[in-house]
Amino acid sequence: MSTDVTDKSPAPAPPGKAADGGGLLQLMLDGMRRNMRQYGMLIALGLIVALFAVWTDGDLLLPRNVSNLVLQNSYILILAMGMMLVIIAGHIDLSVGSLTAFVGSIAAVLMVKNDLPWPLAVVLCLLLGAAAGAMQGFFIAYLGIPSFIVTLAGMLLFRGLTEIFLEGQTLGPFPKGLQKVANGFLPEVGPNTNYHNLTLLLGFALIAFVIYQEMRDRKRSQEFSLEVPPVKLFVLKIVALVSALLTVTLLLASYKGAPVVLLILGVLVVGFGYVMRNAIVGRHIYAIGGNLPAAKLSGVKDKKVTFLVFLNMGMMAALAGLVFAARFNAASPKAGLNFELEAIAASFIGGASMSGGVGTVLGAIIGGLVLGVLNNGMNLVGVGTDWQQVIKGMVLLAAVGFDVWNKRKVGS
Amino acid sequence: MAGPVLEMRSIVKTFPGVKALSDVTLTVQQGEVHAICGENGAGKSTLMKVLSGVHPHGSYEGDILFEGEICTFKDIRASEQHGIVIIHQELALVPYLSLAENIFLGNEHATRGIISWSETLKHATELLRRVGLSDHPDTRVADIGVGKQQLVEIAKALSKKVKLLILDEPTAALNDEDSGKLLDLILELKKQGITSIIISHKLNEIRKVADSVTILRDGRSIETLDVKAKETTEDRIISGMVGRDLEHRFPERTPHEPEVGAAPALEIRNWTVHHPIDQQRKVVDDVSLQVRRGEIVGIAGLMGAGRTELAMSVFGRTYGRYHGGKVFKDGKEIRTKHVPEAVKHGIAYVTEDRKHYGLNLIDTIGRNISLSALGKVSKRGVVDEHEERQVAEDFRKSMNIKAPTVFEQVGRLSGGNQQKVVLSKWIFAGPDVLILDEPTRGIDVGAKFEIYTVIDQLAAQGKAVVFISSELPELLGMCDRIYTMAAGRLTGEFSRAEATQEVLMRQMTKDKEVTR
Repeated sequence: MSTDVTDKSPAPAPPGKAADGGGLLQLMLDGMRRNMRQYGMLIALGLIVALFAVWTDGDLLLPRNVSNLVLQNSYILILAMGMMLVIIAGHIDLSVGSLTAFVGSIAAVLMVKNDLPWPLAVVLCLLLGAAAGAMQGFFIAYLGIPSFIVTLAGMLLFRGLTEIFLEGQTLGPFPKGLQKVANGFLPEVGPNTNYHNLTLLLGFALIAFVIYQEMRDRKRSQEFSLEVPPVKLFVLKIVALVSALLTVTLLLASYKGAPVVLLILGVLVVGFGYVMRNAIVGRHIYAIGGNLPAAKLSGVKDKKVTFLVFLNMGMMAALAGLVFAARFNAASPKAGLNFELEAIAASFIGGASMSGGVGTVLGAIIGGLVLGVLNNGMNLVGVGTDWQQVIKGMVLLAAVGFDVWNKRKVGS
Repeated sequence: MAGPVLEMRSIVKTFPGVKALSDVTLTVQQGEVHAICGENGAGKSTLMKVLSGVHPHGSYEGDILFEGEICTFKDIRASEQHGIVIIHQELALVPYLSLAENIFLGNEHATRGIISWSETLKHATELLRRVGLSDHPDTRVADIGVGKQQLVEIAKALSKKVKLLILDEPTAALNDEDSGKLLDLILELKKQGITSIIISHKLNEIRKVADSVTILRDGRSIETLDVKAKETTEDRIISGMVGRDLEHRFPERTPHEPEVGAAPALEIRNWTVHHPIDQQRKVVDDVSLQVRRGEIVGIAGLMGAGRTELAMSVFGRTYGRYHGGKVFKDGKEIRTKHVPEAVKHGIAYVTEDRKHYGLNLIDTIGRNISLSALGKVSKRGVVDEHEERQVAEDFRKSMNIKAPTVFEQVGRLSGGNQQKVVLSKWIFAGPDVLILDEPTRGIDVGAKFEIYTVIDQLAAQGKAVVFISSELPELLGMCDRIYTMAAGRLTGEFSRAEATQEVLMRQMTKDKEVTR
């Protein structure tokens, strides 16, 4: 059954060209086929960016707008990462929108009403989010109540508590320090180069790090005398990675520099990506989502893992709540409305599966960016929020529909 | 008796790669109870699926004549319209609907889509009385026991004007009392003119209800015997079931000499487990056994004998309700209440159901192999992917897993290769005791031999192996010692020299001795 995969693949490789020594294209296509979903969404994201770049006469890719895009979507991306873990583990979390608002309201009560120093308040809020997640995780993992029910209850409960704590009012403003974190940019240092120096430095450092990592990875593979992809493909991959990173770095550096939030996001992506790929606990999350009985019989502590996944989700919701409240400089009872749905949509667009066990952190980011660029681009060309929702709904359906269709064709 | 009601002539049914039925002939007389018996995998269920239209006409070769006419059933509905109703081993009742609703499900008393409840209740009450149930038709199925549910299934069959009733191992899940009632009902229905086919392993049951018995073996019908005839003894039936030509091959094995004085690697004492839902029923009843290092010990038994249940409940209590018993490892009592504890004490359980309990089908070969012992390829909670891949590559080569790379999804592999992945996974965990549950189920002969060889090597390395299997030849070919189980109890223990198929089958088909 697996042999006919290559024949029926939709990749438009003209039979003539594949033969004439230009094996590079063939190699690329082979690699992509193995990760159809990820590359598919990456290509879709590229197409959406290109489409809106043309449609908005390049406004979409103006440095200012790229900065904005990051700031506008930061909280959804934070939520999407946590949600991805939840969905990979085979669960769902409907409470994160309400939890986001709830933590925002507590943050306001602590900082605005009681004048607590903001770093202390931030730590308290993160702990509160973790506690809320842990509570839900306890019900789900140890009492066996379905996550849909527990978090549906949480969604109502935290929304209600938000209104109680805020007494229906909007509370603000937040301390300057916190605002800077959520809305500000990295500080300016060094001589005037027309670019934001620190951002450039960080960007170059990142590029160097990525190259180093890829080289090291390749070398380690060779040490273990394992097969590695051919040099040509390896170089191509590095070139693609470097040029993408360089473009974003230059775009951001030519405006006010990298937003502080982007740094936080970057740390989270790398951290969660690493955990899900390389840490034992990450493996266990995939295993319980992929086949729970088999994972149990393999000695995976499924309850503990589930509990931790929800605890983490709570903490991420708290972080998103802080960023959101600080960005709008107020805690509102209506904050975070439908955020859970955006985060869930981002995860599914980014390659998660309803039955669990599948997905990557990077996928959640790609899915979140697809939605974010759609939002931003449609705003720029003046599409109303009514039509925006219609279009986003169709994109979600198309993305998952494509995946289902693709899987069926492969016949797995 | 008025001639045959059913004739199945030269039925051949092939699945991709497997010939499930080759040339089966079955003749059932009008008004009789006809038993079909044979080992697991002999083709009994497939034959009944062909008869009832689960495998539609055209997907098999040969003819089916029912009441003298050639049948071309395209689905179950078509066979039911002719009065052929099959009751599967797994009951097909909706637990949260009432008895009456279940009886008439898909066959409702209704006019233009609106159900007439008075008519439904009236008929349901009549049908329930016919099968000897006095429960109210509004009772939910979930609220009655398995024995009564089986009777409800028969009531449902009766509502379809059944002429030929097929029961697939109807008493496998029942206790003695319920089994007795069910068998009486089959005899009662026979008086009312309903012909029955009953698939069963239990020879005493066959003797009690059946008029004739057809024996299947390796997808062929071997013979049909008259049960009432004097010469049809239980031994006669057993020899029919097992008398196959031994074409399986096994690696050369030097039988293990038990070392004197050393404590057994694994010892289970007085292990008792109750059914997870029907908590009165003992699924494993006071079982004690032991296995030494370097020894391969078989557990023989038919479906429902409690072998898997025993293994899983010992391995982290992953089945049923524990009701007592102790586990000893090298003479010391150990706790195996949770899977990680069992694994830590060096016990591995390789499941009989690799798709549901053994593998994460959507993940790669490499990640499946490392899952139960990730610590071995990690430092401080971080998996070294290179080392993991190296380990997987080594297993791919040594176990001869046929896949281009270790990044292949396990779900795409053939059964034999999947089984090698499960075995690799547990060998990688480095256990002292391996419990292998039907390790060669559903895989081809070549892969079987490879797996036998691996098992042999494991024993030679000094590991203790418990080998659970329904295939007697492979137990006889591989084991140093064989226990037999029936109805949750240990019914015998035989050395390699003592064991023969006949002797084992006799102990495996032994229902509780007390009832004799």
